[in-house]
Amino acid sequence: MNNVKCECGHANPVGTVLCEACGNPLLEEIKQGDSPLDMRYEGAARRSQTYNKSIIDKVWNFFSSVKIAVYMIVIVLVASIVGTIFPQEVYIPVPKPASIFYEETYGFIGKIYYLLGFHNLFSSWWYVLLLLMIGISLVVCSLDRMIPLYKALKKQKVKHSINFLTRQRLKAEVSVPAEWGSKLDQLQGFLKKRRYDVRREGDSLLAEKGRFSRWGPYINHIGLIIFLIGALMRLVPGYYLDQYVWVKDGETKKVPETPYYVKSEGFTIDFYEKEDLPEGAGLDNLQGVIKQYQTKAVLYENVNAGLPGSEPKLQEVARHDIIVNHPLKYNDLQLFQSGQRPKAIAALNMTLVNEKTGDKIGKFKIDLYNPQSEYKINDTTTIKMLEYYPDFEFTKDKKPTTKSPNPDNPAFVLNVISPQTPNGEKAWLFLGSYLPAPGTENIFGYEFSMPDLTNITGLMVRKDKSLPVIYFGCFISMLGLVMGFYWQHRRIWIQTERSLVYVAGHTNKNWFGLKNEVLDVFKKASIPVSLVEHGKDGKKVD
Amino acid sequence: MGRKLIELSSNLLLVAFILYIVASFVFAISVTGKRWGKRDEQAHKQRFGSIGFGITIVAVLAHASYIITRWIGQGHIPTSNMFEFIAFLAFSIAVAFVIIYLVYRVPILGAFAIPVVFIMIAYASVFPRTVTPLIPALQSYWLKIHVTTAAAGEGIFAVGFAAGLMYLVRTIDQSKNSRSRRWLEGTLTLVLMLVGFIITSVVFNAMDYKAEFELNIDNTKSVVEYKMPAIAGPQNAVLLSDSAMKPWFDAPGWMKGLNAAKKLNTVIWSVLSGLGLYVLLRLLFRKRLGQLLQPALSDLDPEMIDEISYRAIAIGYPVFTLGALIFAMIWAAEAWGRFWGWDPKEVWALITWLFYTAYLHLRLSKGWIGEKSAWLAVLGFIVVMVTLVFVNLVIVGLHSYAQVG
Ligand code: HEM
Repeated sequence: MNNVKCECGHANPVGTVLCEACGNPLLEEIKQGDSPLDMRYEGAARRSQTYNKSIIDKVWNFFSSVKIAVYMIVIVLVASIVGTIFPQEVYIPVPKPASIFYEETYGFIGKIYYLLGFHNLFSSWWYVLLLLMIGISLVVCSLDRMIPLYKALKKQKVKHSINFLTRQRLKAEVSVPAEWGSKLDQLQGFLKKRRYDVRREGDSLLAEKGRFSRWGPYINHIGLIIFLIGALMRLVPGYYLDQYVWVKDGETKKVPETPYYVKSEGFTIDFYEKEDLPEGAGLDNLQGVIKQYQTKAVLYENVNAGLPGSEPKLQEVARHDIIVNHPLKYNDLQLFQSGQRPKAIAALNMTLVNEKTGDKIGKFKIDLYNPQSEYKINDTTTIKMLEYYPDFEFTKDKKPTTKSPNPDNPAFVLNVISPQTPNGEKAWLFLGSYLPAPGTENIFGYEFSMPDLTNITGLMVRKDKSLPVIYFGCFISMLGLVMGFYWQHRRIWIQTERSLVYVAGHTNKNWFGLKNEVLDVFKKASIPVSLVEHGKDGKKVD
Repeated sequence: MGRKLIELSSNLLLVAFILYIVASFVFAISVTGKRWGKRDEQAHKQRFGSIGFGITIVAVLAHASYIITRWIGQGHIPTSNMFEFIAFLAFSIAVAFVIIYLVYRVPILGAFAIPVVFIMIAYASVFPRTVTPLIPALQSYWLKIHVTTAAAGEGIFAVGFAAGLMYLVRTIDQSKNSRSRRWLEGTLTLVLMLVGFIITSVVFNAMDYKAEFELNIDNTKSVVEYKMPAIAGPQNAVLLSDSAMKPWFDAPGWMKGLNAAKKLNTVIWSVLSGLGLYVLLRLLFRKRLGQLLQPALSDLDPEMIDEISYRAIAIGYPVFTLGALIFAMIWAAEAWGRFWGWDPKEVWALITWLFYTAYLHLRLSKGWIGEKSAWLAVLGFIVVMVTLVFVNLVIVGLHSYAQVG
C-alpha cells in the first residue's frame, strides 16, 4: 500500500487528511488555506472516502454515508406519522375486514390508505426493509469511522505542526513569558487537577481528557444493532410465543404450545370504593370504576409431556395472583391478565319435554366450553349435538357461522333419538328459545332453567426469549449515549517555538466549557492570554 | 386530610404560576431595562438576573410542593391525567431551565423559557382537575418511572426550543422580507394560538358557557356539550340550549365521531383568538413580533445561544431515550407482554426520537448549525407538543389520558 509521507517523517495510510502524528494537513489545498481545520475523525483515512471503484466500495460508501442514514431515518419518521393518521389494522374498533373498514369509515382517503398498505405499515416489507437498512448502515458507518479514529488518536504525538495549531477553532499566541519553565510546570499541575492526562515533551505539552467519550456514539450504535438483532430473533421458531387461554373458575386448562397447564382458583374484579380516594376529590360517582382484575392462578407442568399417548400427569410448579402489570412468570413463560367475562354463562341447564303432553322426560346440561356430542337422557332417549356455533351469526349468503370461539351467542342443532323418533328429530336451539325444522311439528321441546354462571379469565400467554437481548441492547445503547453526551473529549496543546507559545484547544462538544477551562488555568498561572475563537465556518467570534 | 392537601396543592400551583410570571418579567427587565437608571449596565443585568433566578427557584419549590402535596393527598403520583401530566411537564421544563441557567448564566434565556413554563401550567388548567382513580393498567411503578423520565427529557427539549427561538429572533434580519422572517412570525403566532386557546377556555369556563347539541350517530341519539360558542356545529344536529349561539356552519361530513366537531370548534377558536392577539399586538406596538423581541437579544452572542440550544438537546436526548422509549418498553412488557405494540403513542415517541436523532446527525455531519439547527430545535418541540396534544386528544390510543371536559 502506498503510504503518504508527512513532512514530519510519519508515514500515513492513503486517504489521510491530517498527519496522524503531527496533525499537519497532507493535501496541498488544505495546507495552503488559513481557515480552521476540519477535525472530524482527526482527518484519518476512512475507507469510504478513499475507495470508490468496485461495487463493494459503492455499497460500502452508500451505507457509510450519514446523509443516506438521515434520509432513511426521515423516511421512517414520515411514514410512521402517516401510519398513525388512521388506526392500524390491529386497532380497528369494529370487527370488520380492513378492505371494507377504511373506505367505509374514512372515504376515499381511507381507501388509498388501505391500498398503499398503511393499515399494516409496521410489518410491511418496505418499512421493515428500511429498518434493516438502517441496521446495516449502523454497522458499516461505525466500522468506517471507529477504527481509523482509534488509530489516529493512538498515534498522535505531543508536538504538532504549527499549521495545525494555528488553525484550530480555539487558539492563542503568547510571547514566551518570564520563567516559562516553571510556569509551564504550574500549568501542567492545574491541568492535572482538572483531570487532564498531560503528556510533556520539553517545553510543549498535550493535555487530554475524556477520550473515551469519543466511543460513545459507536457504543450507542452497537447497542442499537443488538436491539435490532433481538427484534429479529422473534422470527426464530420457539423464541416467541403469543397465545391466549380462557379459563373458568376452578378449571384447569392446557396452555397452548407448552407442556404446562393453568388452573384458575378464582377470578375477581375489584371496584373502587369511596375510602380509596380522598373525600371531596371531585369524584362523586365511582360506580363501576375498576380497581383491579385478579386471577388466582396455579401453573402445572405435565411431567408426561415427553411420553406420547400417555395421560397428562400434572405437577404444580408455580402459583401467583395474576393482576395487570404483575404476570405469572415461570422460566420464560409469562401469563398476563388480559381479558374477563365475569358471570358468564358456562353451561345451559335444559329439560327435554314432550310438547304434546307436557311430560318432563329428563334433564341435561350443555357445557358451552366443552360440549359433548351426545347426551343420554334415559335408557331409550339420547340427544345428539349435530352443530355448535358458540358465537352465532349468519354470513352474507345466510349460512350459519360463528363469529368467534367464545360462547357469546351460542346456538346448536340438536337431534333427539327416541322410540317415537327413531330417525331423529332436529331442532335449532338458541339461548332461551328453540326452533323446529321448517315445516315440521316437533314432538319434543326444551325447557330452560337457570344456567350455570362462572367467572372466566382471559390470560395472555407469552414467551419472548429475545427480551434479554433487547434489554441488553438498550443498556449498551444508553451507556454509549451517556458516554457521548455527558462527557466530552477535550485537548489542549501548548507548544513553544522559539519566542512564541502556541496555545490551541479542541473539543468535540461544549466549546464554552473548554474555553472557560483554558482561560481559568492560564489565569491561575497568571499568564495573560487572549483566546481567539473561530466559528466553524471560519468566522471570528470573540 | 386528603381533600385539604389537594386544595393546598392547587394553591401552591397557583403561587408557582404567579411567581413564574414575575420571574420572566424580571429576566426581561434584566436586559431591556439596563438603560433606565444610571447604574452600570453589567451590574444591572447581573442583579436582575439573580433576582429573576431567585424567584424562579422559589417558584420551582412551590411547584415541587404542589406535586408532593397532591401526591400524598390522592395517594398516587400526579401524572395520570392530562392536567397532572402537563403540570408535571411544566415542572420539568422549569428544572431543566435551572440546570441550563446554572451552566450558562444567560438571564434573557429566562424571559423565553419561563413563559413556556407558565403557559404550560395555564394549559394544564384547561383540563379537569379531578383526581383520577388509576385503572389497572396504570398501576405500575414502571409507568411512573416512564412518565416522569419522559417528561424530564421533554422538559429539557423545551429549553432547547426556547433557545432555538431566541437564536432565530436574534439573527433573522427584520429589515428584509424573507422566508425566515415570515416563518418566524408564523411560529410566534402559533405560540399565541396556544395562549388564545387557554384564554378562551378560561373565559368561557368562568362564564359557565354551555351549548348542547343532539345528534344522530349510527342511529343512536346522543348529546354533545360544547363549552365554547359553536362556530362549527356538528352535522345534522339540533341545538338544544336556547340562549346559546347558533353555529355559523356545520363541520364537514368526513369528521366522524361524537366529539369531532367539538374538537374542530376548539381549534377554530384557538386559531381565531391567536390571530386576534397577533393583530392586537401589531396595532399596539406597530412592529412585527420578531422586531419587537429582537432588541432584547441584541447584545447576545448568537453562537452562545446556538450552543445552549444544542447543549439542552444533547442533555435531553439520553434522558428522553431512557424515559420515553426504554422505560416505556419495560413497562409495556410487564403490562401487556410485548415491549412494543405500535400504538399511536409509542409511534409518536419513536417519531420524536427519530427527529432528534436526525437533528444530531445533521448537526454533526452536515454542519447544520446556527439557523438551520435552531429551526430544527423549534420544530422538535412542536413534535413533542403534537404528541402531547394531538395524539392524546385526537388519535386516542391505549394509554390516552383524560379527555377535554
Ligand atoms: C436510529 C438510528 C440511529 C441513532 C439513534 C443514532 C444515534 C446517534 C447519536 C446519539 C450520535 C451522537 C451524536 C452526537 O454526538 O451529537 C450518533 C453519531 C453518529 N452516527 Fe448515529 N444513530 C443512528 C443511526 C446512524 C446510522 C444509520 C448511521 C450511518 C451512517 C449513523 C452514523 C453516525 C455517525 C457517523 C456519528 C458520529 C460519530 C462521531 O463522529 O462522533 N448513525 N448517532
